[in-house]
Amino acid sequence: MRSHIFAYIAVMAIVTFLVRALPLTLIRTEIKSKWVHSFLYYLPFATLAAMTVPAIFTATSNVYSATAGFLVALVLSYFRRSLLTVAAGACIAVYIAELF
Amino acid sequence: MKPGMSNNSSFRENFLAGLKDGLPICLGYLAVSFAFGIQAVESGLTVFEATMISLLNVTSAGQFAGIGIIAANGSFLEIAASQLIINLRYSLMSVAISQKIDPKLPTLKRLGIAFGMTDEIFAVSAARPGVLQPSFSLGAISISVAGWVLGTFLGAYAGQILPDRVISALGLALYGMFLAIIIPPARDSRPVLYVVLLAMFLSVLFTYAPYLRLISSGFRIIIVTLLSAGLFATISNKDSGES
Repeated sequence: MRSHIFAYIAVMAIVTFLVRALPLTLIRTEIKSKWVHSFLYYLPFATLAAMTVPAIFTATSNVYSATAGFLVALVLSYFRRSLLTVAAGACIAVYIAELF
Repeated sequence: MKPGMSNNSSFRENFLAGLKDGLPICLGYLAVSFAFGIQAVESGLTVFEATMISLLNVTSAGQFAGIGIIAANGSFLEIAASQLIINLRYSLMSVAISQKIDPKLPTLKRLGIAFGMTDEIFAVSAARPGVLQPSFSLGAISISVAGWVLGTFLGAYAGQILPDRVISALGLALYGMFLAIIIPPARDSRPVLYVVLLAMFLSVLFTYAPYLRLISSGFRIIIVTLLSAGLFATISNKDSGES
């Protein structure tokens, strides 16, 4: 592993960059399809929701503290708090839950 | 379709707006990348290596998976495939942003925007009214990436001195950030709410159901995204950009 470490890092970086760069450099015209526009509108919500649940429940040392963090994040984001407030609030909730 | 086309606000104004929208992302990234730095060092990487990964990749899930494969002495093919699958969602976001920038924007600027295409930067970019200005992206990306890299360095360098309980709590930072992005629009729009609920349901199903659970987590996210966004694009047409 040690001798190849920077080769690993280079492979990660190149693949990731190509994934991001190809659509942005190749697509230079407006896509007319209403369906595609609709799909692209819903896309980030679907991805982030899928990434959050159920992974959030195993992100801390136990499911109870994770649930506490999830609920606090849900309430804070429902009331439109900033990214930082929601993230920090969730972390603090986990910390407090794990004191018991 | 393009109300902001004749955008006469200056570079400086857009850049500052980018910095402003990027600041909370930067602070959220500090917490998440701090956790990444700790884990990278635990996996046997040096502080420098961990920091370089964050500077060159700027992904969350992809980086966490990557250091796992490096630690397990996986093949180059395996690490390339993992990054492709886990990060493929960024190409969908890049397609969306390709429709929001000036069609005449030169390639170099497109590459710059692509470099910083993360879930959070995509979210603030998509929420910009009208055409996305590259100066806005420059502001949002530079401050966010700075937070991501600095947090990794600090976590890798000093993370071991933190108690386990603090490290456990930091594990929720990333997801808190995701919820802060998706919940407010879900509150305002019924179709968005249903997309979120459907994606969460399918994600749970694909994680635990027999056979379905054999699908790797990167593919799972792509399949769930295609199914939920595709279904609602079909039954509830909503024009992008107008949020």
